[in-house]
Parts: sequence; structure tokens; C-alpha cells
Amino acid sequence: MTRRSTGAAERRSMFDRALVIQAVRGSFRKLDPRQLLRSPVMLVTEAGAALTTILTVVSIVQARPFSFELQVSLWLWFTVLFANFAEALAEAQGSARAESLRRSRKDLAARRQLADGRTEQVSAATLRKGDAVVVGDGETIPGDGEIVEGTALVDESAITGESAPVVREAGGDRSGVTGGSRVLSGQIKVRITANPGETFLDHMIAMVEGARRQMTPNEIALQILLVGLTVLFVVVVLSVPAMAHYMGVATTVPVLVSLLVCLMPTTIGGLLPAIGIAGMDRLVQRNVIALSGRAVEASGDVDIVVLDKTGTITLGNRMATELLPAPGVSREELIDAALLSSLPDETPEGRSIVVLCKNELGIRGGDIRAPGDAVFIPFSAMTRMSGVDVGMRRIRKGAIDAMEGLVRLLGGYFPEPVKAQVEAVARNGDTPMVVTDGSRVLGVVRLKDVLKQGIKARLAELRHMGIRSVMITGDNPLTAASIAAEAGLDDFIAQAKPDAKLSLIRKYQSDGHLVAMIGDGTNDAPALAQADVAVAMNAGTQAAREAANMIDLDSNPTKLLDIVEVGKEILITRGALTTFSVANDMAKYFAIVPAIFAAAYPELGVLNVMRLSTPASAILAAVVFNALIIPALIPLALRGVRFRARSASAVLRWNLLVYGMGGLLLPFLGIKLLDMFLVALRLV
Amino acid sequence: MTKAVLSTLELLLLLFPVALLLGGYMARVFRGERTFLSSGLRPMEKLVYRLCRVDEAREMSGRSYALCVVATTLGGCLVLLLIQLLQGILPLNPQGLRGVRWDTALNTAISFGTNTNWQAYAGETTMSPLTQMLGLAVQNFLSAAVGIAVAVAMIRGFARKEAKTVGNFWVDLVRSVIYILLPLALVLAVVLVSQGVVQTLRAPVEARTLESARQVIPMGPVASQEAIKELGTNGGGYYNANSAHPFENPNGLTNLLENFALLLIPTALVFSFGIMVGNRRQGRALLAAMLALFALGLGLSFWAELSGNPLLADAGVLAGANFEGKEVRLGIPASALWAESTTATSTGAVNSAHDSDLPLVGLVQLFNMGIGEVVFGGVGVGLIGMLFYVVLAMFVAGLMIGRTPEFLGKKLGAREMIMAVIGILLPPVILLSGAAIALLLPAGLAGLGNPSAHGLSEILYAYTSAVGNNGSAMAGLSANTPFYNLTLGLVMLIGRFATLLPGLAIGAAVARKRTVPSSIATFPTTGPLFVVVLVGVILLVGALTYFPAFSLGPILEHLFLGAGRLA
Repeated sequence: MTRRSTGAAERRSMFDRALVIQAVRGSFRKLDPRQLLRSPVMLVTEAGAALTTILTVVSIVQARPFSFELQVSLWLWFTVLFANFAEALAEAQGSARAESLRRSRKDLAARRQLADGRTEQVSAATLRKGDAVVVGDGETIPGDGEIVEGTALVDESAITGESAPVVREAGGDRSGVTGGSRVLSGQIKVRITANPGETFLDHMIAMVEGARRQMTPNEIALQILLVGLTVLFVVVVLSVPAMAHYMGVATTVPVLVSLLVCLMPTTIGGLLPAIGIAGMDRLVQRNVIALSGRAVEASGDVDIVVLDKTGTITLGNRMATELLPAPGVSREELIDAALLSSLPDETPEGRSIVVLCKNELGIRGGDIRAPGDAVFIPFSAMTRMSGVDVGMRRIRKGAIDAMEGLVRLLGGYFPEPVKAQVEAVARNGDTPMVVTDGSRVLGVVRLKDVLKQGIKARLAELRHMGIRSVMITGDNPLTAASIAAEAGLDDFIAQAKPDAKLSLIRKYQSDGHLVAMIGDGTNDAPALAQADVAVAMNAGTQAAREAANMIDLDSNPTKLLDIVEVGKEILITRGALTTFSVANDMAKYFAIVPAIFAAAYPELGVLNVMRLSTPASAILAAVVFNALIIPALIPLALRGVRFRARSASAVLRWNLLVYGMGGLLLPFLGIKLLDMFLVALRLV
Repeated sequence: MTKAVLSTLELLLLLFPVALLLGGYMARVFRGERTFLSSGLRPMEKLVYRLCRVDEAREMSGRSYALCVVATTLGGCLVLLLIQLLQGILPLNPQGLRGVRWDTALNTAISFGTNTNWQAYAGETTMSPLTQMLGLAVQNFLSAAVGIAVAVAMIRGFARKEAKTVGNFWVDLVRSVIYILLPLALVLAVVLVSQGVVQTLRAPVEARTLESARQVIPMGPVASQEAIKELGTNGGGYYNANSAHPFENPNGLTNLLENFALLLIPTALVFSFGIMVGNRRQGRALLAAMLALFALGLGLSFWAELSGNPLLADAGVLAGANFEGKEVRLGIPASALWAESTTATSTGAVNSAHDSDLPLVGLVQLFNMGIGEVVFGGVGVGLIGMLFYVVLAMFVAGLMIGRTPEFLGKKLGAREMIMAVIGILLPPVILLSGAAIALLLPAGLAGLGNPSAHGLSEILYAYTSAVGNNGSAMAGLSANTPFYNLTLGLVMLIGRFATLLPGLAIGAAVARKRTVPSSIATFPTTGPLFVVVLVGVILLVGALTYFPAFSLGPILEHLFLGAGRLA
């Protein structure tokens, strides 16, 4: 499957000029300590920066050397600014996307229908839940709602980026419309289902802007760890002057603040908000709107996905795939009868029979017309068959029991070999359709449920991620089993009643599974509400969309894979950067501890494994490294660590190697280079 | 080195099979199943419940369990405090010892109530046999049983699904004592007596030494105390010299048995853990991580001790291995092995002078205690501490594989994280603060016997030992002063509760959760990668916490020795 770029907001480069300028402004605004309360690590860093700045000023006033203090202060401020920049950039990207969404909403007018049936012109902003509006050709739908009357061809490209228009009609599972989309043809009456500010577009804008962002449980747990580490390092650093004093070594505040900031997990602390915002943004890029961050992360844990058969796994229509003539009937005769009976038949099955027959006859495209005197007999619930009368011929097709009755009634008999053929077809999970001419049985057409393209590969990918797929269908067990085998599903529930989905999900959950459900129909709503991750198709009913915690604008059921991927990437990025951040501390210790003590105790010089030039250069190099690593990792934080569908152990081993070992070793190199650089520039 | 390796193998080959059997037995006991001792012990157990009006079947929530733990611990401390203060007027006091000084008594009460057994006093000249038996020995059993009970409650949390309770504290406590500690202590005491450990209530004997000086040798109920001292990872000796004293530890066999005994229950509990959570391989994986850390520390100790002290060699006093402060009867391998075992667990019993170990050995001991004694660890608390690290390791590892972190099918959320962070980080925070204060105040420096780096190590060791409820000392520090008695007492209390209560909280929290079945996307927590991650997290947390302190203490001292000086 190819990933479509979002149409609502054109994809921007990560460091678009305008965005960067906006983010730079944002990073200064975020220096306000009240804004930093959400990130305790950065708050402490800012306090340290403020403290060293005051000391620098004092040094300047007292005309003492101040170069080292000044540089430490500057880099500490940079540390905070870089972290703010990461968050601001992620937010700027989100609001840029939101801005282009907003453009589609200009000032819409709506034709509200009054109680007496007349319509009045009002502004879309005044529409309330329950109002009915009429939308005609070329008009824009003023708000989210449900079609109560009529059918229309709707252009949803403003929302989904999909240029092909879709049909929306009253009743059924395709009745939902989204504010901002445009009616190309037709007239519909829409009942508005959302108040202004609560519409789908508003949700979308709020999500991408990060305005409604709440910390997810995982984020809270990680934040607790970061606060714990911060407290630990504050105490460790406070114990240093006590021990130094006992050992007869003097320590200065800027050095201690430097040590503290280097030890605190500033890298992950600074990038944490950006990771979450960017993750949501990546989902939007894939045309999925998540209504809660919690659901996105839960999707990484899903181990069972419940899928509808129709529209999800299969195209939803049976297709004729084979013609089986009865004994004594020629193939041509069967083809002729099947073709004749299906030519005027506009049902998908009928059309597929025509296509099959044409293929069999070797006619491509060609225009075959029914004879002028043909009278089409459409399918009815009474007769349970359809067909055509041509002259004296009475061609009929239908399910075996109906056809058997018909043949008996006309005094014919139903040949046993055909019954065997019918059973053989049914045993394969396909649907047999018997074709007769008068009382003569001509043969059987095999109708097959056809899988959606690529579904098999996607299901295999899911299994690779440890997610089992379960199909739920109203079909008989044979049909269900055949489709399940063909698509590579792990399990299926056949002859399911509408409430089976809900009870199935409950059962899996009580066994401890996390269940994802994809649905579109109104009868899916309870199951969607129960599922841990519920994805509704944008084309689905309002009820389904309200019960879900994610909405797929493309109405593509295999989108779950993308959602799972993004969910996992958010978590992996957090874990990887935490590991990296903490592992970095080793090298910083090796830089700063000898710098503090080696003057008094030259023996401790052996700890200076990087052979850094002077104590001042060593400490400054560590602080600069600590600051610069944040912007260096911003692209990674925004893009996310790529998730590959491999075994958990393989993923962990790789990430530990890259971010654990890498985090341990990289700063040794980085600090050494910075030290050489600082000395070369005579900054210390 | 060969001898060192052989004696280690001897110990471990004795330890693991017995611990495996005991682990299975303990799992049965705490599940309330019948054991081979039930016919004899069950009536006794029932009698206790009837006398104490305990309803055996009533389960407790984590909160009420915790209240019982706090009440039992503090109550035990209070009783012990009163016995010491009043021992002058209490019977069974053949030496006519007076009541213990208030600060010493308070420190000792907390020390034994928290399973620390830090001894600011010299046992044989401060405590009467009554105090030793009714006060100290009772706490040796009780504090050990509390640790086991809490560990069992925490294990139940992982084993249960959507449960509101974690067991009944009184039942777990009584079973720990009756089914596990008493029978084991009885057997060990008898064996020790057979090897010459003293067990009597007679008055001290007077002996005439070779130089015809008169020497008073106090006697007492030593063997009974010795057995529970090791089995309960208590460590408080009857004699000041602890297990270096020939009346406590007369020969090689008793040394092996006592060393074995102090590792036995902590090791067995790891097996019980595997059995009770229904995943024996999980228990073995934890044990592998512990063994790896044990081997790491022991290897470094052996290497340092056997290489010897360059200063003593230069002075022509002692070439080769470092015999300073060792019992010659026991030798270096047995001393180093014991030192590693006693600091890896929270026992704190010693058979050599830790003050005389080489700086790198001191580093290993400080590290063992500083990471919270999770290598086998104290009875119960060692496993609890290890599970804190498991929660932390699985949190980071879980994120890195892209799933909400989980362990044994339990999702690890904010609550588990808060508790694990408290359990892992609060003790170092407290001990570093305590040591820093002691280093800054004259009252702290007053007791210091050595200057410079070694002095720093001594003070660091005292607070590390206290917060880890270990109880061993580097000596060299005269800690029987109001300043040390009070600060160390406070640190011991915090250290104890900072392990027990978060452990219970995690147990109660995961008990409430549903258990997620494992799939191929679940990280297998029984394989070598898990062990590597766990060991890595422990080493990293330890290194990051103690880098500055260890640099100025043991590492600097080691570098001094290499440079041929002391300070």
C-alpha cells in the first residue's frame, strides 16, 4: 500500500523556513517558568541557568574573571531554548496543518429548514445539534451531520485528500457527511450532529495543534522516572561539595550546576513533548484522526483485531468465477443462458456473470445486447430468483432450493449430478447459483467472495507483529472458513448475530487481550465503544464515528497497520531517547569529576580517560555536548524511530545496541572533539 | 585463585539444590498446601491463630497489609527498646549489666526491628542473655518473617488476576516463623552446637592466658542466636567480633554452613517466586542476573585481595595476599566469599574486618549494599528490591519494543513506576544526604578513625549499611554516639520502609490488573537478553548514583595505594 500525502495540508519539509521562525519565537515564549512546569527537568535546568547568570553578573560587577561563568550560563540557556524549540517546532507543524484545514471553512452559509418546511439562510456558525439543513448542487456541507433524505455525490477532498467523489445517501452505513465537504450533484437534507466547536474539523484542528494534548499513561510513567532521576541527581550533586569540603577541595556553584544539568535527563526531558505531538501529526499525515493519544499508544499493544468480512476483507460482492454445465448440457448453452439472464441484471452478481461469460466467449468489451423482446424478471423475495423471458424461453437463476421447487412445479426433475455439483461448490465455501431454462436444469454458476487486493499481505504483516486477526461474518461456517483460509485469518466467527461483535470483544478482553475493532455501521457502534482501539471509517455512520476513538479519513480498513506502527514508533522513540539520555551520563562523569578533583588529587587524573585539556574546557565541553545533542536529535524525535516488524527480542537488541551502547560511547567522542574545539578557539 | 574458585563452587553447589527444594516447600507453605511438616506444625499454627484471634481465611487489601507491617515493625522496636532500658532490673543477667544508654538502645531497637542488626555496642558486654534471647533473637525471627511475608504478598500480586487482596499478613508472618525459620534455625543450631558453638546460660568463665593474664570470657545462648542471625539475614552477633569469634564460628565447616545459611532463604525465595507466578524459568532468570552480579563482585574481590597490598609489601610487612584483618583459621577465600555474601544479602554478619579489606573490595561491598542488596538480598527484601529493578528495566525495554511496558503479563503504569522509583532511588538519596551531613558536622567527623579517602569510605559505608538494613560496619568509625545512633537509626527506618511499602504497593497494584496473555510481540523475560538488560540497568543506576562518592572514597584510596601513599 502506498502512503498518500495528505491533501488537506500539503506535506511540508521538516525545517520549513516559516515554521522554523515561528518555532524560534515559540521557544523564547516558552521560557516562562509556568509553561515549563510540565517538564520538571527543564524547569530545574532553567533555574540553574538563572543562578549561574546571576553569579556571572556578580562576577562582572566585582571585576573578577567571568568568561567561564558566562559561557556556562549561555549554554544552559541554550539547553532550555533547544528543548523549547523542539516542542515549538512540533506544534508549529501541527498548527500549519490546522491552518490549511481552517481555510476550507471560510464563512459558510447554510440553508436551515424551519418547522414549516421553508428554508432560511443562516451562517454555518449558528447551526446547532439537531438543526436540519438542505444542501444542493455545488454547495458546501455546513457541518457534521447525517443525511436524512436524498442521495448525493460528495467531494470530500478537503478533509481526506481523496479526489474521487463518494456517494452518500440517507439510511444505511453511508449516511455520514463531514462539514467542509462539497456536494457535487444531488440534493440532500442533513441533520446536524455537532455544535460549532465540536465538529470533526474542530477535533482535528485541536489534535494537530496539540491544544488538547493530555499526557498519556506511558508519558506520565516516564515523567515519573525522569523526576525521580532529577531528584537523585540533585542530591548526588549536593553531596559533592560536602565530600569535597571533607577532602579539602573547593567547589564552585557554576561547576556544580553544570554537573547537575549534564546528569539530569535533559535530552529526553527536552524532547518528550515533541515526540507525542509529532506522533499525532504523523497519524494525520496518514489521514487518521486520533481522538485520544491514549488510544494511539494502546494500538501498539493490540493483539487481536476484529474485522468485518464485508467491505474489509472481501469486496463485499460475490463474483462469478466458474460455470459448471449439467450433464448433457453443452458449455455454450449454459453460457448463453447465464448471459441472457444476467444482461439486464444490474446487481453486482449479475454483472460479474456477464463479465465471466464474455471472458469465456472470448469477447472483450464488445457490446452484447439483450434481444429486443427480452423481459427481465428481477429478483424478488417471493420467488427468490431472477431471470429473463425471451420469446418462449423462461430462463431463471437462483439458489438451489428455490430452483428445485420451480423445476418440480414445471414437471421436470432435478438431476442428482447437479445436486452433487452444488454441494461441491458450497463445500468450498462458495455460493452455487443454479441456472434453468423452463424445467431443464442447465448447470451451476460458482459465485465467490473476492478478497480485497493486498489484504492477505497486510494480514500476514499483522501476524508478524503478533496481532491475531479474527473475522466476523453472518455467512455460514463453510463460506467463512474458506475465506478465512484464503485471506490467512487466524480465526473466524460465522453466522454471527449483530450483537456477536460486542460479546466477542468482551470475551477477548476478559482473557486479557487488547482488542482493536474496525467498523462503519451503526450496529458496530456498541462493539466500537467496547474495543480498546476503535477505528471508524469516515464514510461510516455518525453513531460509529462517535463510538470510535480514531477515524480513518480514507475509509481503508487496513489502515490499522499504520496506526499500530505510529503507536509503536512513539513508544520506541521515547524509550530509545531515555536510554540514550541516561547512558550519556557516564561520559559526562568521566569529564567533570576529574575536572573538579584532579587538581587536588592528581591520582584521579586517570579518570580523565578522554584526556581533556583543562578542567574548565572539560566541564564546558560536557555542557555544550549536553545542549547540542538536543537539536541534533530533533529530527529523530519528530520523525520517530522506525518500527520494523521483527521479534520483540530482535527489536530490543537492536535498539539497545544503537541507543544504549551508542549513548554510552558517543559522548566520549563528542566531548573530546568539543574540548579540542573550545581550546582551539581559545574560549577556555 | 584456584582455592578461591573451588570454595565458591563448593558453596554454590551446596546452596542451589537445597534452595531449590526449600523454594518449592515455601511455595507450598504460602499457598496453604500440605507439606511434610504439616502434621506436626499445623496444630501449632492453628493454636496461634486462636490465641491471637486471627481469621485465617480473611484476606487483606494492600493498604491493611501495609498497616500491619508498619505496626509490627514499630511495635517490635518499642518492645525491644523497653527491654534494653530495663534490663538492669530484669532477670537472667548474670554479669549484672545495667540498662542500655538511651540512644544506643533506640538505635539497637530500630536496628533489630528493621532486620539491620547494626551494632553500635559490643554484644557480650552490653546485652544480658535475657535481652539477647527475648529481645534481639525474637526480633531476628520477627523482622525476617516480616520481610518474607511482604515478598510473598508482592509475588501474589503478580500471580493474581483482578484481585483486590494480597493475602493475610498475620498468616504469612506466622507461617514464615513456624514452617520456615524455626525448623531451619533449630536444625542449624544443633549442627553448630555439635561443632563447638556455645549454647549456655552460665556466667562468664575466667581464663588464665599464656602470659598469665586473667581473661573474662562471656558465654551465652550463642548457637541458637547464630542460626537465626544467618538464616534471617540479620547479622547481629552475640559477640562483638561476630562470626570471626571462635565461639560463633569455630571451624571451616561451620563457616561454610553459616555462609550457606545466610544465602539460603533469599535464594530459595527466588525459586518460590518462579513457582508461585507459574513461571519457573522467570525465577531462574532472576537468579541468573543475581549470580552474574555476585560473580562480578566476587571476582574483583578475589583479585584485589589475592594481589595484596602494595604498601604492606613495600614495607616488608606482608608480601602477597592481603592477610590484614583476616581470621587465619578461615583464610582469604573464605573471608572474601563471606564478605561478598554478607553485603550482597542484607546480612551484615562478618568473619573478617571489612575495614582492612583493600579499597576495591570495599568498593564492591559498598556497591552491593548501595544498589539495595538485590543480589540474593535480604530475606524477602532482596527479591522485592530486585523486582523494583525489573519494573524499571522492563519499563525502558518495553518502550523500546514499542509496547506499553509489562512484566508477567501485568502492564506497568504510573503507580508501579512511582513505587519502583521510590524503592530504587529513595535509599541512595537518604544515604548520600546522611553521609554528606556527617561529613560536614563536627559530630560526624568526631568518630572517624582514619583520615582522607578511607575515612570517607567509612562514613559512606555506615550510612550505606544502615539504609540497606545490612548492619555490617567498616569499623574504624566509633558510631556509638548520639549523633550516629540517631541519624543511622532514622536512616535504617527509612531504608526499611522504602523497600517494604513500595513493594506491597506494587503487589497490590498489579494484583488488581488483568493479566495480558503473551504473544510473539511480547518480550520474553526469561531469556539471556532479559538477564543482560536487568544486570545492565542495575550496574548503570549504581554507577550513576555513586560515581562521585566512590571516586573520592575507595577509588581514590586504591589510587593512593598504587602511588605508594595512604592519603
